[in-house]
Amino acid sequence: MSVLIYVTHANGVIKKSTFETALYARKVADMLGTADVVAVSLGNVSQAELAALGNYGVTRVLADNSSVFTQFDSAAQTKALANAATATNAQVVVLSHNSAGKAIAPRLSVRLKAGLVTGAIDLPVISGASFTVKKSVFSGKAFANYAIHTPVKIVSVSPNAFPVVKGSGSATVEAWQSGVLGADVKVTVKEVKTMSDKVALPEAELVVSAGRGMKGPENWGMIEELADALGAATACSRPVADVHWRPHHEHVGQTGIAISPNLYIAIGISGAIQHLAGVNSSKVIVVINKDPEAPFFKAADYGIVGDAFEIVPRLIQAVKTFKAQNA
Amino acid sequence: MKMLVCISKTPDTTSKIAFTDNFTRFDTSGVTFIVNPTDEWYALVRAIEVKEQLQTGSVTVINVGPKENESVVIQKALAIGADNAVRIDADAADAFFVASQIAAHAQQEQYDLIFTGKETIDYNGSGIGGMLAELLDMPYLSLANHMVIDAAGSATITREIEGGVEVVTVNKPFVISAQKGMAEQRIPNMRGIMSARTKPVKVIAPVSVDTYTSIVNYQLPPARTEVKLIDPENPETLIKLLHEEAKVI
Ligand SMILES: Cc1cc2nc3c(=O)[nH]c(=O)nc-3n(C[C@H](O)[C@H](O)[C@H](O)COP(=O)(O)OP(=O)(O)OC[C@H]3O[C@@H](n4cnc5c(N)ncnc54)[C@H](O)[C@@H]3O)c2cc1C
Repeated sequence: MSVLIYVTHANGVIKKSTFETALYARKVADMLGTADVVAVSLGNVSQAELAALGNYGVTRVLADNSSVFTQFDSAAQTKALANAATATNAQVVVLSHNSAGKAIAPRLSVRLKAGLVTGAIDLPVISGASFTVKKSVFSGKAFANYAIHTPVKIVSVSPNAFPVVKGSGSATVEAWQSGVLGADVKVTVKEVKTMSDKVALPEAELVVSAGRGMKGPENWGMIEELADALGAATACSRPVADVHWRPHHEHVGQTGIAISPNLYIAIGISGAIQHLAGVNSSKVIVVINKDPEAPFFKAADYGIVGDAFEIVPRLIQAVKTFKAQNA
Repeated sequence: MKMLVCISKTPDTTSKIAFTDNFTRFDTSGVTFIVNPTDEWYALVRAIEVKEQLQTGSVTVINVGPKENESVVIQKALAIGADNAVRIDADAADAFFVASQIAAHAQQEQYDLIFTGKETIDYNGSGIGGMLAELLDMPYLSLANHMVIDAAGSATITREIEGGVEVVTVNKPFVISAQKGMAEQRIPNMRGIMSARTKPVKVIAPVSVDTYTSIVNYQLPPARTEVKLIDPENPETLIKLLHEEAKVI
């Protein structure tokens, strides 16, 4: 018996989302009275990096460092994970609801005939044969508790829903053959463009976001400066991305991406219902808007009514001073 | 290119979300329904563009749902430019049920490309495309924001990955989930709306499949506490509060 997780890594460096899923899986395993949390690592990740997953509750790692995995193909990844699930008699498979998880989890559900709940925001409630998982629905306007009826269950966990706490321990790393062959890979990756110097928005704990109130793309310098000072990612409202003031991947909301950072600072954004849908599960929301009637203030924890062009530069100074004092 | 676009019916983005029957049912009273935005704006429009560009092929839309969906979502998709529609006459019980229905139809029709939107705005599952791909044993290109394809079915796709994008090549047949960047929303014109009425809508009985999941009940999020306003003359106070009170920096 095991609870299985999937290791997300970029060039051999394990991503934070993996630690979130490991901790989640550990708790599920404890609830089920299962000792083993098994991590499946596909591609080249160092032995030391994998053993360190023990700090997050993983007991065993099945590592297939075959070069077929340098190309991400959801079908090949799914096949490997399904084989690992069968080999370790997995009761539950936990993935992150990130871009890799969104590609793999639904395929795995079909392959293992296992019910899937995507974007879980809490641990499952397990009692006897019943297994229910809470997720956000209607784009953050409500929650639903889903029951999974199949013997094997798959849960993909919403990024940032679980704080990462590093414990101690070391996982056993086993070289393993997943059974995936070159012929299983039908997608060829030509180019990868990562914004490596920036914090990725879906995973970011702090986000500085701005809207039409910034008047034009030439004024984003201060938004980026505030984000850099905080170590935050940048985001924007839909109209801002639509007119290409900012790239599409920064568009948050019901039709962009949904995020749940610890801190969301909204500058010159009115707070339309479709915008709120993508950000209202942020833990703390700060709104800076010159209109005291802006709807966003109703969804905010902290607010400043005033002109962004005066307030943001002062905030940048304040953050720099704060960072210098707390360095 | 023979193309299938999966479209879902969702509440309008401004809908107030409420529940009945002791929080076990979504309250549809007073709710306006629309085609799920990413299905319509990105998946459907890109499929129509591919047909226009290659000057051959067909775009079929498919919906798993009751009769009323014909007037709500199917007519709209036909007005925008789909050639014909298929409705599978069943309630969308869960993602696996829906994917199995679509897969059963797709298996018979042998589509070259199957599109979905990146996720629906009601259940936010993001699961149908991947399930379809596995059921049909096809590659799945999820979260795509750009796609070019030639007449032979060789495609170059840009898709979202953690902290960036990757450019991939793949050959038909495949399943693709579309998001922002793929296409621009199209507003149906009068001719489109008129011709939609004469386009064929085929109704198919569902195949028998067990569901894997069900919704036990719903909850509404707790109301946020009143906003704490900070004096605009002293924005520095905000940083102090974020550190000492909210403890997020
Ligand atoms: C189907 C549908 C889906 C949608 N999906 C999304 C989505 O996913 N995400 C999204 O964001 N939107 C979405 N929208 C659009 C949404 O309804 C709003 O139009 C949009 O969010 C408004 O963007 P904004 O707040 O930047 O601009 P505005 O509404 O124009 O607000 C600008 C704000 O800036 C303030 N301001 C102006 N100058 C200053 C200044 N100097 N200092 C401080 N504040 C200032 C103003 O008071 C105002 O509140 C969607 C709409 C529809 C119909």
